[in-house]
Amino acid sequence: MDTQNYFRLFDLPVQYDIDLQALQGNYRKIQAEVHPDKFVTASSSERLQSMQTATLTNEAYQTLKHPTARARYLLQLQGVETLQDSNTAMPADFLMSQMEWREAMEEAQYAKDVGALEALLSTIQNAGKSLQAAFAQALANDAQAASQLVRKLSFIDKISADIHDMISRLED
Amino acid sequence: MAYSDKVLDHYENPRNVGSLDKNASNVGTGMVGAPACGDVMKLQIQVNEAGIIEDAKFKTYGCGSAIASSSLVTEWLKGKTLDQAAEIKNSAIAEELALPPVKIHCSVLAEDAIKAAVADLKSKQHGSKEAA
Repeated sequence: MDTQNYFRLFDLPVQYDIDLQALQGNYRKIQAEVHPDKFVTASSSERLQSMQTATLTNEAYQTLKHPTARARYLLQLQGVETLQDSNTAMPADFLMSQMEWREAMEEAQYAKDVGALEALLSTIQNAGKSLQAAFAQALANDAQAASQLVRKLSFIDKISADIHDMISRLED
Repeated sequence: MAYSDKVLDHYENPRNVGSLDKNASNVGTGMVGAPACGDVMKLQIQVNEAGIIEDAKFKTYGCGSAIASSSLVTEWLKGKTLDQAAEIKNSAIAEELALPPVKIHCSVLAEDAIKAAVADLKSKQHGSKEAA
């Protein structure tokens, strides 16, 4: 079992577009193989080994399952950090749309307009899909562009989560 | 997480919220964002003929620490030259607001916003001198 590369761990090609069903299937298969019940009579070192594999497999699965985490991981494999905490320079038009979306959220919250929030969420998720497609293209030939696309996707994830929260609060 | 009194004060009574005319030749605009938390900050400065910052406005979407950091720097910026403004360090902001380590990046965002606003204004002034 190749534990150095999350994709190989699940017998998947090292690329952005992956078969999510194959990921889930192989994840369950490995988790079944290393299940603690199977190691009740095993030596303590075997038990420890199986526990470590289970933990790693879980982390690998969570990383590959999430589109943005998967993108960030692919760049890490190339030795490229996405500088989530320190790179604050985003293209002005991207930040403008973030501002506009945040303003639209405030207005919808004030008007308790769940429909407007759902429409906004769908706009933002479409923007996210375009960024994901652009990332798959950029990964092979422009690591810096790919890195910026991951930072953009982080913004999209955060605002989407905030809108989801706002919708659930309004529906309570 | 408990916010310090100074953060709460700026969060509840933010100073200088608003916008300046981004097309004016004596206004510099800096927009920055923090991917990790999704915060977006717009900071604008306006200089007088002597090159002193006479007004500063901000608009920030983010947590209390990000709002407090930008509110605080708009107060600090007034009366400074562009070079003095560019010297404001995130560590001074973090210290003034007693930000915990996990919120240091909010003060980094404010420092980067100042630098971006100063750079925008300098490029405008440089451009107009070349045109003259």
